[in-house]
Amino acid sequence: MQFRVEPSLQSKASSIFLLSLLSIVLAFLGSSVIFVFYRVSPWEAYLTFFHGAFGSWYALSETFKRAIPLLLVGVGLSLAFRAQVLNIGAEGQILLGAIAATWVALFSGVPSSFMLPGMFFLGFLAGAIWALVPAVLKIRFAVNEVLTSLMLNYVASNLVLYLIGGPWKGKGVRGFTYTDTFPEAGWLGTIGTSRVPYFTLLVGVVVAVAGYFFLKKTALGFELRVVGSSPETARLLGISEGKITLLVMFLSGGLAGFAGVGEVAGIHHLLRHPSHISLGYGYTAIIVAWLARANPLATILTAFLFGALISGGDALKVSLGIPFQVVSVLNGLILFFLISTELLSRYRIVWGSSRGGGAIEP
Amino acid sequence: MNLEIILGVLNRAMAYGTPLLLATLGEVYAERAGVLNLGVEGMMMLGALGGFVVTYLTANPWMGIMAGALVGGMFSLIHAFSAITLRANQTVSGLALTLLGTGIAGTLGRNWEGKTLATPIRPFSEAFLARCPILVRMIFKDIDVLAVGGVVLAVFLWFFLFKTRPGLFLRSCGENPSASDALGINVWQVRYLAVFFGGVMAGLGGAYIAVAYRPAWSSGMTQGVGWLAVALTIFSFWNPLYALVGAYLFGALFHLAFRLQVLVAPELLNSLPYLFPIVALVFVSRLAFRKKLGVPEALGKPYKRGETG
Repeated sequence: MQFRVEPSLQSKASSIFLLSLLSIVLAFLGSSVIFVFYRVSPWEAYLTFFHGAFGSWYALSETFKRAIPLLLVGVGLSLAFRAQVLNIGAEGQILLGAIAATWVALFSGVPSSFMLPGMFFLGFLAGAIWALVPAVLKIRFAVNEVLTSLMLNYVASNLVLYLIGGPWKGKGVRGFTYTDTFPEAGWLGTIGTSRVPYFTLLVGVVVAVAGYFFLKKTALGFELRVVGSSPETARLLGISEGKITLLVMFLSGGLAGFAGVGEVAGIHHLLRHPSHISLGYGYTAIIVAWLARANPLATILTAFLFGALISGGDALKVSLGIPFQVVSVLNGLILFFLISTELLSRYRIVWGSSRGGGAIEP
Repeated sequence: MNLEIILGVLNRAMAYGTPLLLATLGEVYAERAGVLNLGVEGMMMLGALGGFVVTYLTANPWMGIMAGALVGGMFSLIHAFSAITLRANQTVSGLALTLLGTGIAGTLGRNWEGKTLATPIRPFSEAFLARCPILVRMIFKDIDVLAVGGVVLAVFLWFFLFKTRPGLFLRSCGENPSASDALGINVWQVRYLAVFFGGVMAGLGGAYIAVAYRPAWSSGMTQGVGWLAVALTIFSFWNPLYALVGAYLFGALFHLAFRLQVLVAPELLNSLPYLFPIVALVFVSRLAFRKKLGVPEALGKPYKRGETG
């Protein structure tokens, strides 16, 4: 049978879904090299992985626990990516949220009934302001936001290390470097006996739905999409690119900060080493948003998927002794296959002979 | 006395700045050919692992250095394939390369975590230094031959890029690929070579860290130097000689951060090398992009025959 490839004007939702699925399968196949290196049969690794991600109520709750920050950050990044603003600094923005929440919980002296609201409010604000730095530099000085937002991740990480090792070091922790435990008024309630905070889970879903309607139904959402898809048109319509950049950086940074609060208030109940507060959520959320094609509603699905990836990776570490960085390998591979197959979705395969063989020219 | 201080700082700047210099030189070439590669950090990590493991197994640091460079080069071809052949989004492809590189280095390197090298690349010997003039001796103290090689390489790469025909071809692919194509330059080939060279240099920089600068392995040992290289490429105006100056400036800054530890918390000082490029980018970006100083016109844009822009 003969076929040819020709440009397709629009890619169908079904083909996008299939290509995304293909990317994930290919990434899993590719990562089997690492399993072989650790003398683990890939089949056993996959089984352990799926068992660790979905195999029991505990596994599912772990998956949900990881999916919450990914969802919150992923929705924010979807908005940013839609406007062609590449915020790579979510990891640092998460940490800033955690820092602000810790300050409220331990040092502000706020009455206990205001503690959680205060933590989330300031956490959102701290992440948002941290994200505005690259935004302002981009608008004012044409500095590439990828680099500045990423550099600030290292700064935020050092800031946490400084605080937990110095001024905020807990009184009762001696040799360890973390803060004292928050008062219980600063703890988030969890679902049943699991470690899944329901508040942030609920907010994540609400934000995803709200983000979807914001993009689709509001004037500001329309402006955002125009800036992202065609800056020239935006200029002709008098839409301020700077305003949109500020908006999406504020929202994505704020949501990342909010997620950071959720991690310390819902899971750790103290401020500790940056790599424990965020297991690379800020970077993984980039792929969550990319896989969702920057559609906030679809991030509910992709965040869950990558939550599973992380808890599955955890299981690989615990049961088979494969380092946790295997998750980074999977992330990188998925991203590669996604952008590579994107080219395919821009074309379609037409079955039949190349000329006059039945296929109708568009 | 003053000369002594200056030479002392230069000496330390060389020691700290060399890995950054090597990686930046490679990125300058890739970007001059029109391909943005944000995967430098990932390529450096793998180069560091390759360099460490081969040195560990063969006890020959030069084999390690070569292995690191080769690993970096091979790894960069993934980005070359997706950016040049598939014309995928170069920013995202580079990010994916960094994720993949750090991930692979972290997983495969686990068995060597914390191990040190018995046969690192050694600094110039006392006997050699004793035969040098006093000024050279002061600059070369605790410095190895690769750090000096970096200076020579920077000058050579500058000459090649701006004063030779192949260098002109490379730059033209980054400025106007369709015109280059019309002139008979194989844009595809030039860009592949440039990205590969960028990978080799990043791998070399990573291997230098693991085999000479700090002869031990720990995942994450490149500590964002790859990202600094991407930033330095911009504020060196895509020029190898300015990259040399910039890398040493960074080296001096690292040294300063180290020396001030008695006064200020080290965690805060460790932020300096990441804050400095932000400040530098602010000063330089506007200048660079407004006056078109060195910015390759077609940077980050995939080229397809028959399409303009």
